[in-house]
Amino acid sequence: MNCETNRVQTGTGWTDEKTEALVGQLLRWGVTCAAVIVMAGAAVYLVRHGLQPANYRVFGGEPSDLREWRGIIHEALHGRGRAIIQFGLLVLLLTPVARVLFAAFAFVMERDWFYFGVSIFVFLVLFYSMAGSGL
Amino acid sequence: MNNLEFTALVGAGAFGAGFLGALTGLGGGVVLVPLLTLLFHVDIRYAVGASLVSVIATSSGAAAAYVREGFSNIRIGMFLEIATTLGALFGAFLAVVVSTKSIGLVFGGMLLYSAYLSTRPHKDTYTDDEPDPLATKLKMNGVYPSLTGPREYHVHRVPLGFGLMFGAGALSGLLGIGSGAVKVLALDQAMRIPFKVSTTTSNFMIGVTAAASAGVYLSRGYIDPAMSMPVMLGVLAGSLLGAKFLVKTETRKLRFVFAAVIALLGVEMLYQAASGKI
Repeated sequence: MNCETNRVQTGTGWTDEKTEALVGQLLRWGVTCAAVIVMAGAAVYLVRHGLQPANYRVFGGEPSDLREWRGIIHEALHGRGRAIIQFGLLVLLLTPVARVLFAAFAFVMERDWFYFGVSIFVFLVLFYSMAGSGL
Repeated sequence: MNNLEFTALVGAGAFGAGFLGALTGLGGGVVLVPLLTLLFHVDIRYAVGASLVSVIATSSGAAAAYVREGFSNIRIGMFLEIATTLGALFGAFLAVVVSTKSIGLVFGGMLLYSAYLSTRPHKDTYTDDEPDPLATKLKMNGVYPSLTGPREYHVHRVPLGFGLMFGAGALSGLLGIGSGAVKVLALDQAMRIPFKVSTTTSNFMIGVTAAASAGVYLSRGYIDPAMSMPVMLGVLAGSLLGAKFLVKTETRKLRFVFAAVIALLGVEMLYQAASGKI
């Protein structure tokens, strides 16, 4: 068979396997960081508000300072538990974005300009989606 | 119920969903939203927001394990992500304008469909044939490790797969699920990619897809930190543990039981939505 496969090494010696191994590490670190931040925020929140009644039956929507990153970081720095959790969730949300950017970088290393363009397009869609939250 | 009890109970439920989801390969997201809405009476929009967060966590958390197996195909994944992320944006905007009742009805249908799909056997290998010109041009054909050494595979029907992926993305954005079932269907049935390659490539795509809609949910105020916290931590812990057990357990019976649970939740969801309780 002479069909082209994507496991073929290119001029720079950069391979898909190398990309995937690095991406796997990157994502694991991202998720670990996010989980630790969320747990820290949870501790603060539950100590302060643990005994108050829980009610999620009625949809109110979140206050505006928990919808965009400036408000989230500002409130988190003031030690508000809910804001610290939200900051952890923000870190989590950025892990797939980092994955796409890293793939774009790897395609440059492989001199694959078509897939570099594809990755950048996907990044722009994610960017647009998060632009609403001020990111 | 106070916040402490709520956190503990939702955390335990999310842990169970994540564990069974990873063990059976059906994903935890699909039972999370029904669990939150039917059992804990959470507004479905908060439930969907929390579920999206947990989908990203499991997808990114499991990536390292999948990478070791060396099955996933980044080019197929990245190319189809154009369709899934655009679909996810569409789904997230749809979630804002449609009623919670219609979200409930679509969700019920999706649950029944997932249950039906999971009981069907899948073909592991395809007798190979002519490579598809478009897929070859897009460098999608690849090699995966099999028992008899590396095996080449060819990708087919790229436009059909692309279209199905838009639908998978829209469902993900509307319902807050990974819609792995639809993704695997597109990769496996339409594009005829070997099952192991399609499941791992689907995991690669699920996190990016969910992130596209989660951005919209966050800025609309649909992601509540105190509600998402036990869901995210529970599902993450459950799915990591489930993935560890995966190699040692015979999952055929478990898969059947889980599919039955999903079907029951689907019927309940349809009933509750139709009678206007969601």
